[in-house]
Amino acid sequence: MKLGIVVFPGSNCDRDVQTAARAAGYDADFIWHTDTSVDGFDCLALPGGFSYGDYLRTAAIARFSPVMEAVARYAALGRPVIGICNGFQVLLEAGLLPGAMLRNTSCKFVCKPQRVRVEVAPARTPFTLKLRPGQVITLPIAHGEGNYYVDSETLEELELGGQVVFRYCDESGELTAGSCPNGSLGNIAGICNKAGNVLGMMPHPERAAEDILGGADGRLLFDSVAQWVQGGGRIVG
Amino acid sequence: MSDELSMKEDRVWQTMGLSDEEYERIRELLGRDPNYVELGMFSVMWSEHCSYKNTRAVLRGLPTQGPQVLQGPGENAGIVDVGDGLAVVFKIESHNHPSAVEPYQGAATGVGGIIRDIFTMGARPIASLDSLWLGDLSSPRARRLFSGIVAGISGYGNAVGIPTVGGQTVFHASYESNPLVNAMCVGVMRHEDIKRGAATGIGNSVMVIGSTTGRDGIHGATFASADLTDEAIERKSAVQVGDPFREKLLLEACLELVARGCVLGIQDMGAAGLTCSSCEMASRGGTGMIIDLDRVPRRETGMTPYEVMLSESQERMLLVPVPGREKEVREVLVKWGLEAVVVGEVTADGMVTLTEGGAVVAQVPAKALADDAPVYHRESSKPEYVERLAAFDTTGVPACTDPGGALLRLIGSPSVASKRWIWEQYDHQVGAGTVIGPGSDAAVVRLPGSKRGVALSTDCNSRYCYLNPRLGAAHAVAEGARNVACTGARPLAVTNCQNFGNPYKPEVFWQFREAIAGMSEACRALGTPVTGGNVSLANEDGETAIRPTPVIGMVGVMDDVELRVPMGFAAEGDIVMVLGATRDEIGASEYLAVVHGVEAGQVPALDLEAEGRLCRLLATAARDGLVRSAHDISEGGLAVALAECAIAGSIGATLRIGSDGGDGGLAPDRFLFSESAARAVVTLEQSRLDEFLALAAGLSVPATTLGRVGGDRLCVEFVGAAGTGMRAGAGAWRRLDVGVDALRAAYEEAIPCAMQG
Repeated sequence: MKLGIVVFPGSNCDRDVQTAARAAGYDADFIWHTDTSVDGFDCLALPGGFSYGDYLRTAAIARFSPVMEAVARYAALGRPVIGICNGFQVLLEAGLLPGAMLRNTSCKFVCKPQRVRVEVAPARTPFTLKLRPGQVITLPIAHGEGNYYVDSETLEELELGGQVVFRYCDESGELTAGSCPNGSLGNIAGICNKAGNVLGMMPHPERAAEDILGGADGRLLFDSVAQWVQGGGRIVG
Repeated sequence: MSDELSMKEDRVWQTMGLSDEEYERIRELLGRDPNYVELGMFSVMWSEHCSYKNTRAVLRGLPTQGPQVLQGPGENAGIVDVGDGLAVVFKIESHNHPSAVEPYQGAATGVGGIIRDIFTMGARPIASLDSLWLGDLSSPRARRLFSGIVAGISGYGNAVGIPTVGGQTVFHASYESNPLVNAMCVGVMRHEDIKRGAATGIGNSVMVIGSTTGRDGIHGATFASADLTDEAIERKSAVQVGDPFREKLLLEACLELVARGCVLGIQDMGAAGLTCSSCEMASRGGTGMIIDLDRVPRRETGMTPYEVMLSESQERMLLVPVPGREKEVREVLVKWGLEAVVVGEVTADGMVTLTEGGAVVAQVPAKALADDAPVYHRESSKPEYVERLAAFDTTGVPACTDPGGALLRLIGSPSVASKRWIWEQYDHQVGAGTVIGPGSDAAVVRLPGSKRGVALSTDCNSRYCYLNPRLGAAHAVAEGARNVACTGARPLAVTNCQNFGNPYKPEVFWQFREAIAGMSEACRALGTPVTGGNVSLANEDGETAIRPTPVIGMVGVMDDVELRVPMGFAAEGDIVMVLGATRDEIGASEYLAVVHGVEAGQVPALDLEAEGRLCRLLATAARDGLVRSAHDISEGGLAVALAECAIAGSIGATLRIGSDGGDGGLAPDRFLFSESAARAVVTLEQSRLDEFLALAAGLSVPATTLGRVGGDRLCVEFVGAAGTGMRAGAGAWRRLDVGVDALRAAYEEAIPCAMQG
């Protein structure tokens, strides 16, 4: 599998995604934000960071980067796109996923390991093939604006359409208020589009892709999409 | 010129922080009266912040040599060899006064400045640490400064994408009006990529790259060198404004320039901005430099040459490119959305010459600015309090009647308590290299493309340094070495940040001189030379000085990060041992301060030979996989160390003291809360015990078995002949027994609770 990592000015998890992909045995290269083609990649990742400094509103400027048109075309073909943290915010701003991010209710940046519950069947997205519904995994979070918000109509659509992929939870998988680190509606940590090929999530799977970094649950997402790609873009075994 | 006449009449130099004698010296060096621009340049370069004029003579005593040192003091940062062709670049610097006035921007730009010092050398920054010193949290002002400083570090460091992996935070009333923010940054590169801040090659271009120049931070270095009086606090324009987004772009652009081989010499524009970078680069290169100020990109109109030269606008660099690569440099900077402009060239005349509109507006020998600041030997006298407080007799301290309560109070005191409230606001993981994060003895970061890792720690006990500056500063070095050794690393070298009061006060200067002597002695004994750092004087509000605070930034290296040793108890049934000897040393201790409200007594003795042997034992045991956890014993003594091991491992321990004389005949409270140096708590599997004991015996490190890991309580029992040193009335308890949950609650809730107050 060859992963393309989009680098915006101010992206700062681009190299980490590459490190994680390589540790898992996959190829990963960078795509500069002014590039207009994303050809040759099996999957695209929009990494975390502070694109354009996030001074206006997180990811508000990055959506205008030339590369985003190519990303949208790529997504429309049903090919896998993952946005992590700031990358998720870019997908929201670009309209590839619904909703918006508010500041954390604590008004503070928060960086810590976080338990997350898997909400979808493995085949729902290319990134979840190796996960099972109800499974509780641990992934680090690191954000100041991860408080997911969407209007109630769209929220219902997301819920009914099985588009909520991950929720913040406690050790036993319960969705308590105390286990939500940022105030997100419905403890939402990650969502996908209707087709399932575009995933946005606040937790950082790339920071949990090696045991030495404190856990390897995040690697399951990389392995999932690799399996999906291997199967020719279909779900295999 | 009439301007110069009125300058002389008004003695303008005094308002710039120069003395009449210094003004005369400038006249001698120039052979004429300086003009206003030149006077401004001298005033910043001859400030204590840039010239070390009051401290240089004393600092010469520091050991700076060693086979591991690739770059010692005098550059933007120090460099050490860590093997595999890799070099680690590191430095610590203060941003105290700006943080007192504008906590968010002050702390943020402190972080930004030190990060630039690292990538200026050609290295990719991989970790930051911050040593913070604040007033008591019962004070609203201290809480406001604390919140702002932490938010500033978080806001800047997180956005640039460099993990903040450690540091320390101490609360004490002496920092109420003058908090300390010491930021350390660490980077890594290959030996062949090392860049230096020298302007070489007559006729080569000089470029300003990065951000534009504005009016922010003018006279920042002068501001930093004076007392923090109310009048000074009004000078908010002396505080710079940070832009972490531009810093991130500049970082990537500079590293790309290094990778492409475009860089001949490069220097950050930090304190004293263009003035400092131009004269230092010329002076190091043995050259001069001519700069056309009209070409310096501005963000404001109508700036005078004086303002352009003294601006401390952030995120700028002065670059001498490899000849003929100017266009490529510009392309790289433009790609990253930044400016790169040729503003002048390297000259042979040794002068920094500035022109505006074709006319020379200043011309000063580079060396005079950079190197010829006066060197003062300040008067020093031992403060009266030293003998008086040292004479405090700890034998009169009443015996502790509630050991569990005392332990809970200690670990719930903000300086000892968990700093999670702080470091959860820092992105401590970005970079995918943090293998031991904040909350441990030292952070460990793996080096890209290698199995090696660096262990990093900042240390100082300012109560020790107040009571005995020489011994206190030596303790800071020893504790730093112990901290990195606990993770399994070999202590390699130190950077230092000397925070003191006004050097013109003989008592303050005595503290400084003593601290440097103690630090030198410890660095020599432990083989950890000083590769650089910074001095921050005048940390007082016009009346009261801070406690002397010589902060040590220690760097250690381990060959294989897989063999790193965590701090917390690892597994049920493991043997708990204390390494080193425990003596009756509760003088100057955290226990005495927190439980008895006394900050006095003798600072614990320091046996640097024993410290060195303990460090060797810890590093060797880690390499051989003998120990499962290790934790340094410092503030709060053995009791606090055990509690931290239990909390970190989420498991208790049952310990019996004295069955083999491990208590040294001390009363239980003395044994538990003494701060004797050269000690650590380790745990290991039964099967490795003999091998470990042989290793410890070979290095002459006392190793005493205390008991085993297990259960959900920390239980320490004094048995047999133990505790025979107890005085009457102290015999009421022979057992400390506290639940790990209760310990955790006290430890974790202290700072969040204080901040809600």
